[in-house]
Amino acid sequence: MIQVRSLSKFYGKKPVVEEVSVDIQPGKITSFIGPNGAGKSTLLSMVSRLLDADTGEVLVDNADVRRMKSQEFAKRVSILKQSNHMNVRLTIRELVSFGRFPYSKGRLTEEDERIVEQSLEYMHLTEMEDSFLDELSGGQRQRAFIAMVIAQDTDYILLDEPLNNLDMKHSVQIMKILRRLVDELGKTVVIVLHDINFASVYSDRIVAMKDGKVVKDGPTEEIIQSEALSEIYDMDIPIREMDNCRICVYFNS
Amino acid sequence: MKKRYLLVVLLILSGVSLFVGVSSLSPLDLLDFQSEETQIFLISRMPRLVAILLAGAGMSIAGLIMQQLSRNKFVSPTTAGTLDATRLGILVAMLLFANASMLEKMAVAFLFALGGTFLFMQILDRIKFKDAIFIPLVGLMFGNILSSVTTFFAYRADVIQNMSAWLQGDFSMIMKGRYELLYISIPILIIAYLYANRFTVAGMGEDFSKNLGLGYRRVVNIGLGLVALITATVVLTVGVIPFLGLIIPNIISIFKGDHLQKTLPHTALAGAIFLLVCDILGRVIIYPYEISISLMVGVIGSGIFLILLFRRKAYA
Repeated sequence: MIQVRSLSKFYGKKPVVEEVSVDIQPGKITSFIGPNGAGKSTLLSMVSRLLDADTGEVLVDNADVRRMKSQEFAKRVSILKQSNHMNVRLTIRELVSFGRFPYSKGRLTEEDERIVEQSLEYMHLTEMEDSFLDELSGGQRQRAFIAMVIAQDTDYILLDEPLNNLDMKHSVQIMKILRRLVDELGKTVVIVLHDINFASVYSDRIVAMKDGKVVKDGPTEEIIQSEALSEIYDMDIPIREMDNCRICVYFNS
Repeated sequence: MKKRYLLVVLLILSGVSLFVGVSSLSPLDLLDFQSEETQIFLISRMPRLVAILLAGAGMSIAGLIMQQLSRNKFVSPTTAGTLDATRLGILVAMLLFANASMLEKMAVAFLFALGGTFLFMQILDRIKFKDAIFIPLVGLMFGNILSSVTTFFAYRADVIQNMSAWLQGDFSMIMKGRYELLYISIPILIIAYLYANRFTVAGMGEDFSKNLGLGYRRVVNIGLGLVALITATVVLTVGVIPFLGLIIPNIISIFKGDHLQKTLPHTALAGAIFLLVCDILGRVIIYPYEISISLMVGVIGSGIFLILLFRRKAYA
């Protein structure tokens, strides 16, 4: 379990994340939702140690993350940020192999090779493993990065807006993969999402943030309610049930 | 482009290089150890070849590391002010110590190269507008500022002539006893190879590196330290060789990608080959005179650089 304890981050005097405490349940998909500038990405960056918190602490399986060695931490928690459109020319396989970096520092053992192979297969990338990243479509590239995270083999996988710039087909593909990671491999996935309907359909728990604070935290059915949502987004959001999915129809409200 | 082929080409060209020159030399002459030809071979030709190979490989690797760490394909010792900072360092060494030894000059030049490169990386950190072409332009301006400072003080101290010798890369002055400093490149290249994977990861950004548990700052600092060392030794022994660190890594990257552990040997070989070709041409074109290497590399290199620029445009 990841426990966030009264975590705050200030930019100047302005709090971006203020006294946030939240528990992230293992073996589930937890989605962070909320308006722009609510502090979701900042919170995720602090949990994954990309940013230092100003106050508070983060515990991963009861260990303070600040006291963990970077290498050990990289074997337990991985993060994918939204800005992975880098211009480095690596092949998919090379990228995925770097997922083993915390274990082998780049000199891959047979065990590493096997895991890389499995990750590629899991993401259906084996056939194009020698293509360069800069020759791929957005969806393929995102899959390559997720394959790398699978190879990194951490219990906790954090993703910051992984659906950004993806079309509908690829968004659904990615969300289904995340679901499988949780259901089949027992991973814990934490994800920042903008599309509230993806959050509704795919996540087990939802944490809603607004103005740097957590305003709602609970199972998906409890949060995807008109009343709760109007509090988060300041707008009227009717909800329709169809095919066992609770869909927010906010487009003309 | 296989490593094997590059190695064969390098060996053939090395052979050519050894036997091209004003005094005619044939392999047969070497059978007589006492002959004048053998002396020329040992005192001038061999050192020249070694210097070319080390400088070519070294500057290419320096460029490769810089491009990876700055995440910009157009950054190199030429376009980031490293070369200009090194020259300023040499001037300072000459002014401070009246008869500066090679090692004193080396130390000061290295510190300046390091300082200049770090300053450029700091500027890079602060620039929000990270356009691929804009960044090297900033670097060139930064280099020109350093260069004008150098010229000003060199003029005041009446060492302009002396300084311009460092401006023009030149292998014709390379002789036994004047190039040995370049051997520092060998351990540096080995260290660069050992760090190749870390440089590749660092080249994917700070967040990405931290995710994989890599000490980002430390790796960047080590990389820039290696770049400064290579640049300082090459400028001190040979002079400024422009463009080399820019074009060679780019060409290799197009074919082989950016996985440094795989591309580093190719880049080093290709750099040495390119410099050898330029040197041989420079010696042959106006025989028995010589065109300086910096001019040859400048002309051929800027041509290739333009092609690379247009290629990029075709992509976008």
